[in-house]
Amino acid sequence: MTSPNPEILVIDDELQIRKLLQITLQSHDFSVILTNTSAEGLAAAANNNPDLILLDLGLPDENGHETLRKLREWSKVPLIILTVQSREEDIIRALDNGANDYLVKPFRTGELLARIRSALRGSEREENNPVIKFSEIELDLTNRTVKVNDELVQLTQTQYALLVLFVKNEGKVLTHQYILRQIWGEEFINQLQYLRVFVAQLRKRLEQNNSGVIYITTVSGVGYRFVCKPLEE
Amino acid sequence: MFRGAVSRRMEYLISSGFICGVSAICFLFTRYIGPEVVAFILLLAVSLIAMFFDILPVLLAATLSAVIWDYFFLHPRFNLRVGNTETKIMLSMYFVIALVSAVLTYKIRQIEKIARQKEERLENIRLYNTLLNSLSHEFRTPLASIIAATDNLMTSPSLLSEEIRSSLIEEISIASFRLNRQVENLLNMSRLESGFLQIKKDWCNIKELVEAVLQRLEESLKNFRISIEIPDNFPLFKLDYGLMEQVFYNLIHNAIQYTPENSCITISSSYIESSLMIIVEDNGPGIPEIEIPKVFDKFYRLKNVSIGGTGLGLSIVKGFVEAHSGTIELNNREQGGARFKMNIKTERLYNPPDDITQS
Repeated sequence: MTSPNPEILVIDDELQIRKLLQITLQSHDFSVILTNTSAEGLAAAANNNPDLILLDLGLPDENGHETLRKLREWSKVPLIILTVQSREEDIIRALDNGANDYLVKPFRTGELLARIRSALRGSEREENNPVIKFSEIELDLTNRTVKVNDELVQLTQTQYALLVLFVKNEGKVLTHQYILRQIWGEEFINQLQYLRVFVAQLRKRLEQNNSGVIYITTVSGVGYRFVCKPLEE
Repeated sequence: MFRGAVSRRMEYLISSGFICGVSAICFLFTRYIGPEVVAFILLLAVSLIAMFFDILPVLLAATLSAVIWDYFFLHPRFNLRVGNTETKIMLSMYFVIALVSAVLTYKIRQIEKIARQKEERLENIRLYNTLLNSLSHEFRTPLASIIAATDNLMTSPSLLSEEIRSSLIEEISIASFRLNRQVENLLNMSRLESGFLQIKKDWCNIKELVEAVLQRLEESLKNFRISIEIPDNFPLFKLDYGLMEQVFYNLIHNAIQYTPENSCITISSSYIESSLMIIVEDNGPGIPEIEIPKVFDKFYRLKNVSIGGTGLGLSIVKGFVEAHSGTIELNNREQGGARFKMNIKTERLYNPPDDITQS
């Protein structure tokens, strides 16, 4: 952690939502900056250098997509979209434009906190550790081996590449097109069938000898997210 | 009906053509029928045209038929001159009768049209009232519990035991989720009703889809048994993921609501030729046979059941399945329980793409 109290910038024009976000975030030891327009938000992002931004898409002065685009011209700060629009196009557009994650209102507080933590973690994991561990999975990037519950799991090249991509983006939604481009290349971005088949295979491999933990979750119409739920749940 | 399909110009063409045709047939039989009979036949033809066409083409038919009758059938034939006073009277009478019958038929149609519109409006009002009743009930009930619970929490905090406080908070939570579900249903319904539902088909893994839905419903499914009967090597199918997810969600949610705890919900799928079949069934009490034809109707709620709902869930299911050009039917299983069976004609992918290397 960079500082004991990560700072979160909220850009949302709904007073009630701002208020509840403030209560929720402060009670979980985040410090909070509240803004209610795109202009204010961008200014605060520049001046305060927050650790994470929560951005509403429906802002009064400017579409949140615009805010995101402008912000991404100069900042890589983790950003989570909050929106009432559950249209897939909107979500995919925001993710493609550099949002780390999104939540559709109404959302659960637990979900919000989990997403915030994972986005914050993601920004820290730049140091390239050759061995990545998640509860039951151990991924050794130098030896290209995968273990589930200390047992070696055989993966094909593509399955392995897919797992590495997922693990490196733990907690983050990856759109279908993004994954297809990364693993198979530009000319495959509309070949969803590849992804469906390999995700099914990979899931089977990972989930065959563990305690029923689901690692790869499907995000309806958008993509996939690799999550690692704590086991005590 | 006939209108709408036929443009104005076509109406002129068809009505004059029809009159000419009828006249030509009459002309072939002039040896056997006199001009009076021809007049009646032509009047009949004009009335027939008036039953289907707009007023102007009908007036054209009436005038044309009068001229033809005069020229080809009235003595002296093959000119427009009219002989004696009697024929003059006959011709003017013909013209008047043709016009009157044209106008009258047209007016009757107008009146019918107005009556039909009025009936449609009444039907709309009825539907709107059902909607309003069902919505106000479905929205106000949870709102009432939220307001009552928060009032209690705010005004008499010292009087409430910790236990009561947490049960009030739980009520608020339950009510909010119920509201959220109803909003979701309403949004889906309006997507369907607007006629702008865009279906985006892409390759779907049915098993993955079902598992994602079950995960969303995890909380509510705690006290139910679930059985998924989909083979591991089941092919991929081209479907709209989001719509199908909602279909499964509504069907499974329905089963949870209408069956007692510990019931078993089974989801199975198979395909025959180019058709994907999906079955969602339970071993609950089933649905009264006489209500089966109505369950997919908008706002229809099962009688004698005290479970909340707008009566939209299953009509959305049907709408989304039909958006895939599929069909859905409901019947009761012999061994008890309800069975929803869907059939969707769609492309499938047998052979998964090959991996580059197998390590």
